Amino acid sequence: MLETFKTVGKPIAHDSAAKQVAGEALYIDDIRAPEGTLHAYCVLSRKAHARIVSIDLAAARAYPGVGAAISAADIPGKNEVGPIYKGEPFLAQGIVEYIGQPVVAIAASSIKIARAAAKLVRIVYEDLPPVLTIEEALAKEFYLAKPYQMKIGDAAAALAAAPHRLKGTFANGAQDHFYLEGQIALAVPQEGGEMAIWSSTQHPTEVQKMVAGALDLPANAVTCELRRMGGGFGGKETQPAIIACIAAVLAYTAKRPVKYRVDRDDDFMMTGKRHDFLVRYEVGYDDDGRLLALDISFAARGGHVADLTTSIVDRALFHTTNCYFVPHVTATGYACKTHTQSNTAFRGFGGPQGMLAAEHVVDRVARRLGKDPLALRQLNFFGQAPRDVTHYGQRVEDFVADKIVAELAADVGYAERRRAIDAFNASSPVLKKGLALTPVMFGVSFTAIQFNQAGALVHVYTDGSIALNHAGTEMGQGLHTKICQIVADEFAVPLETVRIAATNTGKVPNTSATAASAGSDLNGKAAQAAARTIKARIAQYLAGAAGLPESEVLFAGGQVQVGATSLPFKDAVQKAYNARIQLSATGFYRTPKIHFDRATAKGRPYYYFAYGAAYVEATIDTLTGEYAFDRAELLHDAGRSLNPAIDLGQVEGGFVQGMGWLTTEEIWFDASGRLRTHAPSTYKIPIARDLPRQFRARLWAAGENREESIHRSKAVGEPPLMLGNAAFFALQDAVAAAVPGREALLVAPATPERVLMTIAAAAP
Amino acid sequence: MDSRDIVVTVNGIRHEATVKTRVTLADFLRHQLELTGTHLGCEHGVCGACTVLVDGRTARSCLMLAVQAHGHEIRTVEGIAPNAKELHPLQTAFQKHHGLQCGFCTPGMLTTLIEFLHDNPDPTEAEVRIAISGNLCRCTGYQGIVDAALDAAKTMRNST
Repeated sequence: MLETFKTVGKPIAHDSAAKQVAGEALYIDDIRAPEGTLHAYCVLSRKAHARIVSIDLAAARAYPGVGAAISAADIPGKNEVGPIYKGEPFLAQGIVEYIGQPVVAIAASSIKIARAAAKLVRIVYEDLPPVLTIEEALAKEFYLAKPYQMKIGDAAAALAAAPHRLKGTFANGAQDHFYLEGQIALAVPQEGGEMAIWSSTQHPTEVQKMVAGALDLPANAVTCELRRMGGGFGGKETQPAIIACIAAVLAYTAKRPVKYRVDRDDDFMMTGKRHDFLVRYEVGYDDDGRLLALDISFAARGGHVADLTTSIVDRALFHTTNCYFVPHVTATGYACKTHTQSNTAFRGFGGPQGMLAAEHVVDRVARRLGKDPLALRQLNFFGQAPRDVTHYGQRVEDFVADKIVAELAADVGYAERRRAIDAFNASSPVLKKGLALTPVMFGVSFTAIQFNQAGALVHVYTDGSIALNHAGTEMGQGLHTKICQIVADEFAVPLETVRIAATNTGKVPNTSATAASAGSDLNGKAAQAAARTIKARIAQYLAGAAGLPESEVLFAGGQVQVGATSLPFKDAVQKAYNARIQLSATGFYRTPKIHFDRATAKGRPYYYFAYGAAYVEATIDTLTGEYAFDRAELLHDAGRSLNPAIDLGQVEGGFVQGMGWLTTEEIWFDASGRLRTHAPSTYKIPIARDLPRQFRARLWAAGENREESIHRSKAVGEPPLMLGNAAFFALQDAVAAAVPGREALLVAPATPERVLMTIAAAAP
Repeated sequence: MDSRDIVVTVNGIRHEATVKTRVTLADFLRHQLELTGTHLGCEHGVCGACTVLVDGRTARSCLMLAVQAHGHEIRTVEGIAPNAKELHPLQTAFQKHHGLQCGFCTPGMLTTLIEFLHDNPDPTEAEVRIAISGNLCRCTGYQGIVDAALDAAKTMRNST
């Protein structure tokens, strides 16, 4: 029997792992830059809001070793990086709108010289009043776009008629991406005014487009390339265009290659983060805790420009009932303008904020009624019609959260653990324990429908080796590994036969960001299509030559079978080449079925939903607020996983990142609007010691995508982040146990200080 | 004095070099020796990505000056494999247990664990977690790294 070489569905190691453990994997800063490359450094605004009266660059330009010193006035083309709306400059234009905004950029023969020259730049400002908080922006109706609403039924009437009503506010904090590799771009001028950019970006096409605009070039004169990022998490979706445009204009001005590697502090100060939100709501429910109506508003700190804020607020609105059916919903989103960093995409893209608020509401209702929060969650799940309609009109056809939650609850012995923890709390005056089991239901597709497309380029060489390009980028998530698996399986050749090349806008054009968890869904299908085109050509030729129908040609086990005969793949390729058969093809994919009308806020924005559930136990010290997680059990639906090892890594890493967002990671500004948590010394992401003492993650064995996704898998990039919600609600449960009979509501992040203060505020 | 001559052994190779006195060991390794496997994540000693071994003990190469390496033996990620054909057990285990995603923290994790497993060849899971708590990873959630370390420790115990 032939060896199958099949790798889809197997736990194949990351395609770069061998290079990464040997220190051989190249990131942008490791690429040997051309001789004479200059190094960039930016002068950042020290004012939250001010008019720029004058900029004096003379001394900086005269400083020995400086190749270029530029401000907005020196940009040959457009000073524009807005992904949705126009008017988003990469160098401050006339005014500064946050502390940390790049105003002047300098390129010099060393970073030390660039920094020294930066000190000689004289900028005169005239202060303007800043708006620094969401509350202030709401009061002034200071928005980046018009408020947006999604509605089903009549929430006001249903609230008025509801047996119980509860009003409240909730908040979540921001989160820095803390990709280990900071933002970086290398711009190398080419002949004829063309520019080549190496950028650590999830969105090479946007870098290409913005750089072309900045240099007043057509897109075909700019290429953007990268092999891998050292982490992205959404922070490299729009922000790299800022870095690349600065590098490109400096390179254009100096007529030399320029590398802009942003140091960690500047990265924190310059770039946007996950949006913090202020949530206000009123919920109506019956005696059993069935949700009847929800009127909820989400106000996001957008920062100084829109960036992706409106789409992010939309996604918060989409996810505002998580897994729960609510017949009457009014959900309103406010994209607040503030004089702070422009917040941006971050794993989940508003979904986590919407979902967390939903869980807060359900958890609070349960506590009000004296019911177990899990029972209340299960009571409110989506179900059969008419309980299967979301507030944006999409029917939930693939609901499995009920099954996953039931399986996990049985696994961990939920009822027994509840009793054990209640017993512990009854006899422990200082330490209190809590538990939570929370579900995740995450919509998969870009809600801006046009982005749901991808291309791929496959070449088969006459030695039988295969080169692969696709529209997606590798940020550690294992996308390249999965796409190689898919293509190798199509040709039925060993995985090593397929080599993936760096993502390059010259190879696959007009790409969407590798975002929205859609990387393998979109690019997997596009690469599969390209492979199938080449296979069909080879099959047609071989069948014709043998006088057999094409159905008699099979690719299996590294061989091509033609009727009763069989030849090695590479011989089949050589034969096809000799017969002048084209062995290169592009592939294209667009997600079917999806549509959304933003005017009516109705449609089917998601091709399918990804599901999961997490169970967490926590112990808090009620005298200090300190806490530890005793246990976490995760169960996640990756459909029929393309690569269970890689998917499990996404589940574990997503949970820990979500846990960090809701616990130790606190973005903190002082009264002047200066970000004071601007490095790992002051901003605490989870370390290994923060992991739950007992930590176990599993993929849901019954998982299968009911839609025809690539090999029936499900997207797994973002959804597991929201498994971290269970950590937050386990703390909430422990806090509630510390002040029995009183309401003590946590807001995120639940830092130890906040746990302590929440208990203190509620204590008798 | 702006520059000094140093003699330093890196991954078994003796280098005589002239370095600026304010150049960090990390920049010296990356720029002068072109050993770019040592990564810079935060440049103030918190993230651990730049960790190298100095005479077998971990050091943050972003917080150490190249001149301080004079007369010492440095090991970077490029030098932890025993030879060109073989990998260190930790390198093998990191691949097998998916102890990396983006790979940027990996060199620092490996060097940190080499020192740790030398000092503690038979650690518990809790001890491994503490050992790598000075190294930030944003992708994996650490579990794969911990599993890799425990597996490598076992391999190393069995081979001695």
